[in-house]
Amino acid sequence: MHSLKLPFHIHRERLPRKRIVGPSFAEDEDLKKVLKSYQSNKIRTTKYSFLSFLPKNLFEQLHRIANIYFIFLAALNFVPVVEAFQPEVSLVPIVLVLSVTAIKDVFEDFRRFHSDRLVNRQLCDLYSSAQKDYVDCCWKDVRVGDFVRLSCNEIIPADMVLLYSSDPRGVCYIETANLDGETNLKQRQVVSDLPLQDSQFSPENFHSRIECENPNNDLNRFRGFIEHASGVRVGLHSSNVLLRSCTIRNTETVIGIVVYAGHETKAMMNNSGPRYKRSLLERRLNRDILWCVALLIVMCLIAAVGHGLWLKNLKDPIFQVDGEMSPALAAFYVFWTMIIVLQVLIPISLYVSIEIVKLGQIYFIHNDLDMYNEEQDSRIQCRALNITEDLGQIQYVFSDKTGTLTENKMVFRRCSIFGVEYPHEENARRLAVYEEDPNRGASRTVTLKSACSRKSLTCRSLSCNRSSVSLHTLTAESGEEDQLSSHPQAKTAAFCSPMAKDVVPDPALEKKLNSLCSSLLHLSDGLFKTTSNLELTYITDFFLALTICNTVVVSSPGQPRHVMREARTPLKSLEEIKVMFQRLSFSPFTTMSTPQMKSSPRSFTSRLFIRGKSGSLTFPTPTNNSPSCPNPEPESYEETSSLKVELNMSAGRGDPIWADQDSKEALKEAQISSDRFKGSMEDQDEDGSSGEDSEDELLYEAESPDEAALVHAARAYHCTLRARSPENLLVELPGIGSLPVRLLHVLPFDSNRKRMSVVVRHPLTGELVVYTKGADSVIMDLAERPKGAEHAQELYSHIREQTQKHLDAYAREGLRTLCIAKKVLEEEEYDVWMKRQLLAESSIENREELLLESAQRLETNLTLLGSTGIVDRLQEEVPETIEALQRAGIKVWVLTGDKQETAINIANACKLLRSSDQLLTANCDNKDACAALLNELIVEVQCGQEGVSEQREDPSSGSTGFILAIDGRTLDWALQEDLRSSFLELSRKCKAVLCCRSTPLQKSKVVQLVRDHLRVMTLAVGDGANDVSMIQVADVGIGISGQEGMQAVMSSDFAIPRFHHLRKLLLVHGHWCYHRLANMILYFFYKNVMYVNLLFWYQFFCGFSGSVMINSWVLILFNLLFTSVPPLIYGVLDQDTAADALEEHPELYQAARSSKVYVPSIFWITILDAFYQSCICFFIPYFALAGSDVDGLSFGSPINTSALFIILLHQVIESHTLTWIHALVLFLSAASYFAFVLLFSTFCIVCSHPTNLLGVEPRQLSTPLFYVICAVTTVTALIPRIFFRSLFNTVHPSALLTKDQRQEAASESYRRRMQRWNQNHARTGLPVCADNPGLVPGQEEVLS
Amino acid sequence: MGKEKSKSGPLARRPDNSAFKQQRLPAWTPMLTASTVLPSFYLLALICMLLGVWLLLTVQNTQEMKVDYTEAGSCNLCFEMRKNVSNAGQKCTCMIMFSIEKAFKGDVFIYYGLRNFHQNLRRYMDSRDDGQMLGRKSNLKSPSSYCKPFDVDEKGVPIAPCGAVANSMFNDSFILTYYTINGPTVVPLLRKGLTWYTDKNVKYRNPKMDNLTLPEVFEGTTRPPYWQKPVYQLDPFDPNNNGFINDDLLVWMREAAFPNFKKLYGFLYRANKPFTKGLPAGNYSVAISYNFPVQYFKGRKEVVLTTVSWFGGQNHFLPIAYLVTSGLILLTAVVLTVVWWKFGKDGKNMAD
Repeated sequence: MHSLKLPFHIHRERLPRKRIVGPSFAEDEDLKKVLKSYQSNKIRTTKYSFLSFLPKNLFEQLHRIANIYFIFLAALNFVPVVEAFQPEVSLVPIVLVLSVTAIKDVFEDFRRFHSDRLVNRQLCDLYSSAQKDYVDCCWKDVRVGDFVRLSCNEIIPADMVLLYSSDPRGVCYIETANLDGETNLKQRQVVSDLPLQDSQFSPENFHSRIECENPNNDLNRFRGFIEHASGVRVGLHSSNVLLRSCTIRNTETVIGIVVYAGHETKAMMNNSGPRYKRSLLERRLNRDILWCVALLIVMCLIAAVGHGLWLKNLKDPIFQVDGEMSPALAAFYVFWTMIIVLQVLIPISLYVSIEIVKLGQIYFIHNDLDMYNEEQDSRIQCRALNITEDLGQIQYVFSDKTGTLTENKMVFRRCSIFGVEYPHEENARRLAVYEEDPNRGASRTVTLKSACSRKSLTCRSLSCNRSSVSLHTLTAESGEEDQLSSHPQAKTAAFCSPMAKDVVPDPALEKKLNSLCSSLLHLSDGLFKTTSNLELTYITDFFLALTICNTVVVSSPGQPRHVMREARTPLKSLEEIKVMFQRLSFSPFTTMSTPQMKSSPRSFTSRLFIRGKSGSLTFPTPTNNSPSCPNPEPESYEETSSLKVELNMSAGRGDPIWADQDSKEALKEAQISSDRFKGSMEDQDEDGSSGEDSEDELLYEAESPDEAALVHAARAYHCTLRARSPENLLVELPGIGSLPVRLLHVLPFDSNRKRMSVVVRHPLTGELVVYTKGADSVIMDLAERPKGAEHAQELYSHIREQTQKHLDAYAREGLRTLCIAKKVLEEEEYDVWMKRQLLAESSIENREELLLESAQRLETNLTLLGSTGIVDRLQEEVPETIEALQRAGIKVWVLTGDKQETAINIANACKLLRSSDQLLTANCDNKDACAALLNELIVEVQCGQEGVSEQREDPSSGSTGFILAIDGRTLDWALQEDLRSSFLELSRKCKAVLCCRSTPLQKSKVVQLVRDHLRVMTLAVGDGANDVSMIQVADVGIGISGQEGMQAVMSSDFAIPRFHHLRKLLLVHGHWCYHRLANMILYFFYKNVMYVNLLFWYQFFCGFSGSVMINSWVLILFNLLFTSVPPLIYGVLDQDTAADALEEHPELYQAARSSKVYVPSIFWITILDAFYQSCICFFIPYFALAGSDVDGLSFGSPINTSALFIILLHQVIESHTLTWIHALVLFLSAASYFAFVLLFSTFCIVCSHPTNLLGVEPRQLSTPLFYVICAVTTVTALIPRIFFRSLFNTVHPSALLTKDQRQEAASESYRRRMQRWNQNHARTGLPVCADNPGLVPGQEEVLS
Repeated sequence: MGKEKSKSGPLARRPDNSAFKQQRLPAWTPMLTASTVLPSFYLLALICMLLGVWLLLTVQNTQEMKVDYTEAGSCNLCFEMRKNVSNAGQKCTCMIMFSIEKAFKGDVFIYYGLRNFHQNLRRYMDSRDDGQMLGRKSNLKSPSSYCKPFDVDEKGVPIAPCGAVANSMFNDSFILTYYTINGPTVVPLLRKGLTWYTDKNVKYRNPKMDNLTLPEVFEGTTRPPYWQKPVYQLDPFDPNNNGFINDDLLVWMREAAFPNFKKLYGFLYRANKPFTKGLPAGNYSVAISYNFPVQYFKGRKEVVLTTVSWFGGQNHFLPIAYLVTSGLILLTAVVLTVVWWKFGKDGKNMAD
């Protein structure tokens, strides 16, 4: 916000990788050349161009080993001596596979191309030096060094340095929702010290040169400086930069110079494609494919040796075509021929099939109504396309707490000020009522609706046609981002939920705040009590801090996102008051007043200041001096009296309300007065835009929801944040009215400091005050004991103790705690600090570190004001979900940054921790203690487990389990190399682990440790930026698309709206996906082995010569066409157990995981069965036809037909559900086979040498023998499988089966219910809860 | 997906509540348990049994007679003679006597059988040119390279029909004689209609005649090296049965699936007595023009006489296969019944 002209020395070497930018129309030839070398703004996210598609796509596809194998086979077939089929036949598979993939790629690429074109053709105003004006120009023609003019609600075409804003303060607002999903407005600042700021900015006059770092993908960092013609340099940082694809808001016109364009913009550099992960199943699959390769080689070797031996026994027979060839050489050739003939054994199409199946699975996951959240209008997003089946194998779930288990909808619950607790009973009751409201779902939707409509209304009223370009056109990402772009709506609505807004004030606190006024009266009577007065100052400061120590953006629905201009403060009077204050600056109460007051003798005069200011404000608007409790810091009798005098002097009237002790009336009056004040403001305001908002129509948009909650809480006490501008805040205080507060600095929140601070000029005292708000641990450490009078010290430590006590109590209650502290700065102290801060701000290297250091320097010696407790309610169905996951044998760990008490409480609330469980806490101060503790705990757990060993077999029975709660510091040691194993041993024995106070790095380390050392499948779920590393490390990363930004979602594999969706995602979809895919893969292997063996058996009758009895086209297409679709359908649609049953009996998940569908034994059984079936399928026709006059192809015909039936019916046996889709596909598969062979044998006269089918099939189909053979073959081949399956199912009348049967009826009724609901819905069109007809909302009680 | 975009309002992204998208299509769940499977097992066993019995009865009514003449009787001389390649041009005839105990009723098929002759070798099967035999002039003069080494002779004259298959054509001929009380009667054979309709009319054709005679059409080509006659003189009696549509050639060109096979030689002509009802019982002889050498591949040659049923020639395997399958199914069904009796009867599986 503050930039300072710094006379930098020329330090070019400090920017080793830099780029220089100047006006593109400059005469400087060098510069022009440099500018030309930068990328233009045209984006091309397509992989291929029209010409390069074929070579490039082929090249990419050839990276796959499977394709190379295929091509190798095709090439092999062109060698005459080993050729098995006609050359073109062997090209079919590879061409088919390559073209299917290529078509998929073309389709994807075309979509990218289309969106690129849309983006590239967007228009913006570009300065043309030829026409000396701004002209319309496509985005793609924008180049580095160009000047671009943008209006409100336009999307920024490239990364630009902001040079001009129509806003007189030189700021502009942007919305970065397209970039990171955050909807709050962010301020950007014109480069300071531009000489042309005031007048209309003209690019012609811009002769400065910008140096900045090379393009990178760090959204929050921009380093560089601008060098004016005069040689003066000004530092540039991220607040001077407008990033591509953000939207300009609330600012009429801005002009900037492009520094990064096109693919070099930060938005584009952050735009990485979808994630590729390899699933566990795929890894196992590769192993089995190797087995298939081994099998293939063995079979080919057998054929080769057989052929060699067979040839040896012959002596130049008449049918021997090339008799002179030695048997060994012939055997060698046969080996390769056989590889071509038996190539189908390697299921090449399997890879393509798996991809297709996963797409289908994802389609259904994506469309699941149960995974849809109405409130946010969002459904699950599947970002990783290839790990669906891993969802069915999860063993460990690592969950974040805030926003994941809880709603991250912060509601102010209670607070403690001056060591006094205000329980806010009424507030608690209200929250409870809200939770128990049976129509919660409905009421929520209504709020959502109203919020939305309000929004749309405001959009209209703004009449800024909001650009219709959504994000996916900007970042060229498809589908899922759509959701992001509309997400803001829901998000804003969530912040405006009535629950968060309406805080019922605590009567005691309200009374105290009101007694402020009354005490003033007493003051005049001399009945002033120091402590209570001190308390009042605390309270006032506390609320002031709540109001201003934040980065909340205020807007009113009438003018959404339009920051109101602050009232013009009559600065003149300020000066007057200062003078006045000099006169009165003495106080006998100095030592008695708040410690920080002690250091500031001027604080005294603040009373005067207040009076004077409000008076001077009220002078033009007489309504304003009606405040009933004007003095929040009535510390000294003298002051107040003088104030009173002052007030009377300036206002010229004795206020009757002044004496009124009825607080209610006073409050009412205050409200009226503030309203009137508003009215008067309207006249004053230049825009006239800020006036119309009434009390209830302020919208607060905060980066984090607890900020908003605190501002709302303060507002309930009539400390209202009215407006915000970069340098001023308009605050309304009870009884005083609106006051402008000069905002000098904001030290934003960061996770290292765990706090944020603002430096303001106190509106009442005129002092420089630092308000700090942050995590209790940090603030408590920073809050120092004041030096000075003993009783003040005593008082202070008492406050501290009490506050700590309250904090602990809050934590136990599961509240989020924050501490509020204050510090009064000396002017000199501030000046010193200011200098270094500016230096830090303007530095290019190490800016972040310097800023951090600077902030830490300021945030010391704080005075603790109080603490707040914010409720973050559990999301719906969290306990049920956790219980279900645990019953499914999944270990749930909670990794949170919160305090141990809070974490334990939440664990209690979400039933992770039951009353029967034993809690182990690990908090150590050093490593040795940690090691000892871990060992001790292990022993303890072992002892405990022995006692209940018989119960432990069923972990879900609610028997005693151990829960480990470990704090961040201990975790640090536990994660170290030497303690790792004992930590793992301990945690493995525990039912659940809570890691408290953990940093993002620790979270990811924990996940990594468990994943790598226990060799288990891990899942991490989180919602915030701090969970990103954990999400990325885990095998499956899940983001909650909730309240906090989009970082977690962006790095996740799946994004779900609510935590409880995890239940269905894992238990149902994970289970299904795994089952389906595993069974499909097994089926694929079975199918190929079975079919290929038919050819192998034939070799024993044809001298191992590699000839086939099936037409080569049929042979190749059999796997690729005739039997390829049923497994896909099977892989997408099969349901081994009904969804309801899976959800109701999570144990099935564990059973499925431990029984493991896809394990070596099952694989080999499948292969054996395939061998058996192929034997039957070959030898029955063989014996039936041996010795007859049958020709090769007529022999192959019944074999092929029965193989087809066997394979298709095998699928039917294996399927657990058969719908009309299955039936249709099976029928079409069989039909396509017969259609093909019939057509082929009718019309193909000379083709397919030497296996010409002409006349074979019609003849076969007309002979009874054919049917007699096929029937007996098919039946005999399938009998064993049916037999063993029914035998197994009978002997194990599994729970699974009976549940299935029970659930079938239930699911049927569910379906009917859904249909009925659909009809109702169609009639009424009411947006009611759709995903659960007859929904009874989960009533989790967080608060004890 | 496209439809969704048109939707708007607060629930714009709500997935369609259709049975398909929610995976709630009505489905049949094939649960294989004893109780569900047993009825069909018993039924299947019964069906297989009945079919097997029926087939067995049918097979009982068919008759087959195989006469191996490789080295039998006077053919021994010919066998020895054919061992020497240099004697290939010499004629050799021999005669075999056999008797039929029981009359062959109905149509009688006469086959020649070969054992251990691999017509199903890959290289052998490849060695033919269907285009040439379809009568394509271009292929006639320049046979496909698949025919190598039987595409052209030493002088480079193209061979018609080319390739190893045609070259190795079986060229023995038979004359069956029935010895009645009245003396020997030659059994009349029909040597036409041996081939598939498609082979004779679609797949194989002579080159276009264009008012030329067959020998003129085939001018510029030579016979396959092992042949004694050119292709246009295969049938000396019927000029229309010559060239690429000669029945014997066509039968040979349809490569057998197995090394032991038989190929149709002719039918019994049943117009005149005593053959109107088939072959009567009695003594027969077959006179063989012994040309085809088999000793190189240790092969055997035979003449096969057979009658056919509705599902082909005499075939004992299929009825047995059906009966065995039926027995197996019955066995499994019994096992399942026992198991079901012991485990599955407790009502859980009986629910529906």
